[in-house]
Order: sequence, then C-alpha cells, then structure tokens
Amino acid sequence: MIHSPQTDGVAPARLDPETLAAHFDDLYPDFDPHEARVAADRCYFCFDAPCVTACPTDIDIPLFIRQIQAGMPDAAARTILSQNILGSMCARVCPTETLCEGACVRQIAEGNPVEIGRLQRYATDQLLLVNDHPFERAAETGKRIAVIGAGPAGLACAHRLAMKGHSVTIHDSQSKPGGLNEYGIAAYKAANGIAQAEVDWLMGIGGIRIETGSTLGDTVTLDDLKRDHDAVFLGMGLGGVNALKIPGADLDGVRDAVDFIAELRQSDDLSALPVGRHVVVIGGGMTAVDAAVQSRLLGAEHVTIVYRRGREAMSASDYELDHAATEGVKIITDAMPVALQGDGAVTGVDFAYTRSGPDGLEKTGQGFVLKADQVFKAIGQTLDRAPAHLDLSGGKIAVSATGRTSLAGIWAGGDCATGGEDLTVTAVQQGRDAAEDIHASLTGAAG
Amino acid sequence: MANLTSTFVGIKSPNPFWLASAPPTDKAYNVERAFKAGWGGVVWKTLGEAGPPVVNVNGPRYGAIWGADRRLLGLNNIELITDRPLEVNLREIKQVKRDWPDRAMVVSLMVPCNEAAWKAILPLVEETGADGIELNCGCPHGMSERGMGAAVGQNPDLIEQITRWCKQTTRMPVIVKLTPNITDVRKPAEAALKGGADAVSLINTINSITSVNLDNFAPEPTIDGKGAHGGYCGPAVKPIALNMVAEIARSPETAGLPISGIGGVTTWRDAAEFLALGAGNVQVCTAAMTYGFGIIKELNAGLSLWMDQKGLTSMDQVVGRAVPNLSDWQHLNLNYVTKAKIDQDLCIQCGRCFAACEDTSHQAIAMSEGRVFTVKDDECVACNLCVNVCPVEDCITMERMQPGTVDPRTGTVVPAEHGDWTRHPNNPMASAAE
Repeated sequence: MIHSPQTDGVAPARLDPETLAAHFDDLYPDFDPHEARVAADRCYFCFDAPCVTACPTDIDIPLFIRQIQAGMPDAAARTILSQNILGSMCARVCPTETLCEGACVRQIAEGNPVEIGRLQRYATDQLLLVNDHPFERAAETGKRIAVIGAGPAGLACAHRLAMKGHSVTIHDSQSKPGGLNEYGIAAYKAANGIAQAEVDWLMGIGGIRIETGSTLGDTVTLDDLKRDHDAVFLGMGLGGVNALKIPGADLDGVRDAVDFIAELRQSDDLSALPVGRHVVVIGGGMTAVDAAVQSRLLGAEHVTIVYRRGREAMSASDYELDHAATEGVKIITDAMPVALQGDGAVTGVDFAYTRSGPDGLEKTGQGFVLKADQVFKAIGQTLDRAPAHLDLSGGKIAVSATGRTSLAGIWAGGDCATGGEDLTVTAVQQGRDAAEDIHASLTGAAG
Repeated sequence: MANLTSTFVGIKSPNPFWLASAPPTDKAYNVERAFKAGWGGVVWKTLGEAGPPVVNVNGPRYGAIWGADRRLLGLNNIELITDRPLEVNLREIKQVKRDWPDRAMVVSLMVPCNEAAWKAILPLVEETGADGIELNCGCPHGMSERGMGAAVGQNPDLIEQITRWCKQTTRMPVIVKLTPNITDVRKPAEAALKGGADAVSLINTINSITSVNLDNFAPEPTIDGKGAHGGYCGPAVKPIALNMVAEIARSPETAGLPISGIGGVTTWRDAAEFLALGAGNVQVCTAAMTYGFGIIKELNAGLSLWMDQKGLTSMDQVVGRAVPNLSDWQHLNLNYVTKAKIDQDLCIQCGRCFAACEDTSHQAIAMSEGRVFTVKDDECVACNLCVNVCPVEDCITMERMQPGTVDPRTGTVVPAEHGDWTRHPNNPMASAAE
C-alpha cells in the first residue's frame, strides 16, 4: 500500500491488496445445498405464478424451485436455461426486486420474497462449474447466420439458432466475448470469471464461431454479411456515450463511467488501478452506481452520486442505491452539473439545484460545489454507428415483437434495439425470440 | 395455577410427562439427568431375562425423515431391548428410585412367553421399589422374530396370558404396552383388560422403512448393504396414535381402562390432545431424543398455562374431555352445511386453493382478473381442502349456512334438525325417523 484514501489526486493502491481482494469478491456467495433447500421450501408453487409473468424470459420459476427442493438442482438448471441461456449471469445482475421477487406473493404478504435470484444462481452455477452443457444441437441445416455482438442478446440468439442446427458466426469488437456481462458490470457481481465461464459453457452447444476484434462497419459490413448469410442478427449494444456539454468537460480526471468499469473488470491488479480521493459520479442508473461503489471499494475517500432529478426517477433500483449507501456512497438528487472547475486537472464541480417546471427541468437558483479530483460521467449510452437504411426509433433500431428490423433478413435485439428495458434479461429474451423467428422464417416452420 | 400432579394407576408423579421406555431411560445416568430437568417419571428401557444380554447392530440403528430445514419429522429404529446386564439395570433402578422418590419409576419388561420366565423376573423388579411394570408387547423388530414384543402384541390370547401371569405374581400395577401393527387396536386392549391389566400404553412404534439409498438400492439405515424394517415414531405418527388411544377410550368394552398415551408428543399441545382423547398421562421419547431433556420445561409450562387459560385446575378435568365428541361417521350431522369463504384482505394471491380445487376437487373456486380468488357457493361441497392448502392461517374459513337458508349447490333449504346417514333416504338400512 503506497497511498491511502486520504491521498490527494488520482492515485493507485489506496488500500492493501488483501482488502482490495475482499472488497471485490463475490457480493453474495452461493447457497450451500442445505440453504438452497430451505430457501426453496418457502416457495408456494403458486398457480399461474406472478413471478413467471414478471420474468422477461418466462422462466418456470415455481418448477425450478421445486426441483431444487426435491434435491435435483441439475433439473432446475435445465428448466432455467431452456428459457434463458444466460441464467447464471442473469441470476447475478437481474433487478429481481422489480421483476420476479417483486412479484412474489411472499413479497406482497411479508415483504420477504422467495430468494429466486440466489436460487437460480445456485442451480445454474452447478452446471457451469462442471461445464456440463445439457442441450443437444439438432442436425446441421446448412443455414448460416451472422450475429453482431457477443453480448447477452447475441449469445442468446446464437445459442438458440445453433441448437436448431444452424451455423452461427458472431462478430464482436472487443477482445473477449460477453458484452456488458464481461465489460459493463461491477466486478463483485461477476466474480471469479463467471462471465467467461458462462460463454465457454454456452459454446458447448457447438455450431457457433466467435470472431473477436471484428466490428460492424470496420472489418465487416452489413452488405457483406447479408450476401454471405441466410440471416443477420444485430446485437451490438450501445457503443456511444452521451457527452457532458458543460465547461471543463475535457479536463483531466473526467471520464466515462463505462470505461472505468470496463478497465476495472479487465484489471488483473487492482492495486495498479488509480482512483480519486474525491470522486463525483454524474448520473442515476446502474452504471453510475457501479462506478461509485467500485470507487469506494478501491479506496476513494469521498464518493458522491449526483442525479438531476428525484430519486424516484433514478433507473438504478432501490436495492442498488441502498447497497451504494451502505458502501458509503453519498447520493444527491435534484442537482445538475453546470461547470467543471480546474486548471488542467479537475478540482471540483459546480452544481445547480433543480426542480420540475412547466417547461421541464429548471434551476432553482441555488447550488453547491463538490470537491473532485475524478469525475465519472454516467449519463446514458447511445447507438454508435447505426448501419444505414435501418429505421430507427428513439435513437434505437426499430424492431417488431420478434426482432424484425425494417430490412428483410435483418433482425436486432438487446440494448441497440427498441423494446425491453436495457436489462441483460430483456436482451436474452429478445435474442432468443429473434432466433425463433429467424428459424421459422428460414425453415418455414410455424411460429 | 393448574395442578399438573398426576396419579396414573396409583402411581404419582409431579407432572403427567413420563419418558417412554427407550434409549433415554436405559441407565441411571440418563434418568437422573431427566429427573433433574423435571420429568415426572420414566419407563425404564425394557429388561430381558437374566443371562447373556441381547446384542445390538454395530452399524446405524436409526433412520429419519426431515422437513426442509432438517426438522426431524419421523424417526425409525432397529434397536433392541437393553443390552446391559439385568443385575446392573436392577441395581440402578433401585438406586434412582431411592434418590428420587417423588418420581414415577416404571420398568418395562420383555421375557419369553412362558409363565416361568415372567414369574422369575417379577420379584427382582419388585425388590427395586419400582412403582409399576410395563409389558412390552410392541417392539416390532428383532425381538418379535424371537416370539416376543410385537409377536405377543399381535396375539390377544398371549397378551391376556402374560398379563394374568404378572397380575398373579406381583403387587405392582401392570401396564400393557400395545403395538399399532395390528388391524383393530381394541382387541389387544380388551385382552389386556381381561388378563387383569391396570392400564394399557400405546402406541409402540410402527413397522417402517424410512428411505431407500438410490445408489446401492438398500433400505436405510443400511447395515453392510442390507436393511431391515424398523419401528417408526416421532411427530409423523401422532395422528395414528391419537386415533388408537381414542378408539380404546371410547370403546364400551374398555371404558375406564387407564391409558398412557404415546406417539409423537413433542409440545404441550400434543400432550393436551392425547389427554383430552382419554390418555391419563403421556410418554415422550422422540422429542427428547431430538432436543434433549430440556423440552420438559416447555411441556410443563405450556400445559399449565393452557389449563389456566381454560380455567382447568387438575388433570382429571382434562383427561377424556374430548372423548364424548368422537363419533362414528354415520352419526355426523349431514344437515350441517358450510361454505368456504376467502378473506380478500388476508389472501396473498398464490392460487393454491384454486389449483387444488380446480384440479383435484369440485371446481368451486373462481379466478378472476387481478388474481382474485372467490368461492362458488353453488359448487362448494365444503371439503376443506382449500383451507388445508392455503399458506395463510385463517385466510379461508368454513362458514356455516344458517338453517332455513337455501344451499345454492343443492337448491334445498338447510334443515334445522340433525340428520345423519342412519336416517338418510339413500341408506337402505335407514331407520324411520321417530
């Protein structure tokens, strides 16, 4: 440990390596078999269960929990994975309190839902750890499909297509597959290389080839892909970030939260990763929370999230915000940045308090200054370099319920497409459903 | 405060809780610990005849079934009677009775089914100062293969015979412990009474296999790849035991025969239920084997407080209080019409009532928009399944239809008077109404 949380500026090694390792370990360790059976026993096996309705991928939750309760977690895993092939990561990153667990009748009755997320993780991790792929690929069809993006949408689409006997090539611009699971999620939510383990396991179906470092518009074009394939699925996510259009946005120490999160995830030496003493995160989503919490865990002394609207408008869940508060992150709402201070490097941020007015958000006239030697921007991501001729809607690729774009033979899903809530689980659902539609259209099969 | 003092066939104990004949009562060490903890009495683990003691298996002798959080629900054993020398047991019984004169000391016995064997052991027991004996006519494994235990208990003539031998030989009260592994438990009870028994105790354990190992396909507990049936006890057997106790309590042939109730007593409430159905006291084993002797504090305190709340002051006000309400099906009032009612404020919308009724009963629950579950009175036969499967206590209740109202299911008026099968027009054996 060279530095401490009190070291001014942006500095690495604010905490000793053991503390860092503990901070970035699994947030919630796996259930052991006994804990899982006790937790599973709380499920009422509801008729037409509300948790299933609340799950974007329609996992038969009461069934898989009953299978755990009956001492057959492998069967539970198959139930989960047959609907959601990325069930292991979804178990870690799904905002379950607003999805399945939020709909659980025990949440409504007692404020204490069945721990569906942890039970899903318990079941799926078992298969992943032994790399046992439970699905069999159908006979080769000779059909070839290109998938852009090896994130949740692309992987889910590719797996379903491969399972049906088609051959899939995935192009991903990064050096590793996984998309946001690999680059965009806090490290403590995906500890022990689980995102790569899940991709490796998923590839066990066969019939999928991944070309990393391959970017649409650079190494491949949509026209090439269309010419060489029977169908194309676009799942490249949102590669761009919104710019902070205030004075001082180009000062040193100001950077995109997504870059910081990705760098941290890929780091094999957290002691070498620099972080500020006074960190300010601008934004109100999961990205803001992940950047803020991880700054604290790296040893930043003061970390503040500032969001321009009220807490109820923040897209980060209550659970995530509570977790941030527990980790010592201060959350300020109803304030917007107006200028970044500093000469060369950032030293502070001027904020103006806001309120809703007749013409939208307006400044109240009051404000404050936060000391800052590092500022993370987490104010939203955008579709970067959308292929020409595709209809867009709200800055995203317009798609039908089954992922069809405005161009024949091109499907899209995940964060780059309309629909869904920019969640991993909705990306999986869109990828899977697009694959079913692609399969139907290529084989003439109904629905 | 309620007086828990119990007098059972003349044997006094400070409370109605005895430890049953079983491993907890096999030696002075355990029994003294039990008495220190507050148990009212013990039935010392079964003694056999003089000579080389029995031997037990050296592999596992218990098996179990559990609830989700390893709550032990049922226990099974293949242990035999005491495997300690007779003279050691007798010496310890004498010493413990001398040191704890206010506690009940009953000695369980099992010797070969001949007069000489019984007449040989009784004076030895009598000499210890024990308060009474319990004849083990119930042990369902091992000893029964040698013509003892359940082998005697399944033959009423033998029960009567050995009871008579004992009554002829000893001044001590004789309690006959019955096996449930029999068609009609009233017959062995009648035989015991005919033989002069002062009381019966029941139930002994039920023939059982708790589980099968699905790797080596052997019943558990497994001894070197093989298993034998054992005797089942614990909370799971309580309903069976309650019925058998009650059958004897309400049978005219055995009316007034004292009963020591055994079978799954775990809490004060279990005990109160046995007492209400005619047991003069209760014996406990599995609960103590699961949690230790400390549970006696809960048993005593709970029973005492419940009696206070009910205004009951002594055991005799509890014993048998529910027996008059136990009837035969044919006498149940068919004009008592109820309908299930779902309290929408308590309902948590799980839909278990709907699934149960729709799939397995009478299609009498409707599911409407917003997961609202309501009872269709014109279909509800009041089976109570919805009440039983509902996870919320008192959310679904059975509401009685007042006489004079029309049952929408049958379209007929609910009669005010009692009407049962014995007078029902569909019963070819019905007697005319008077």
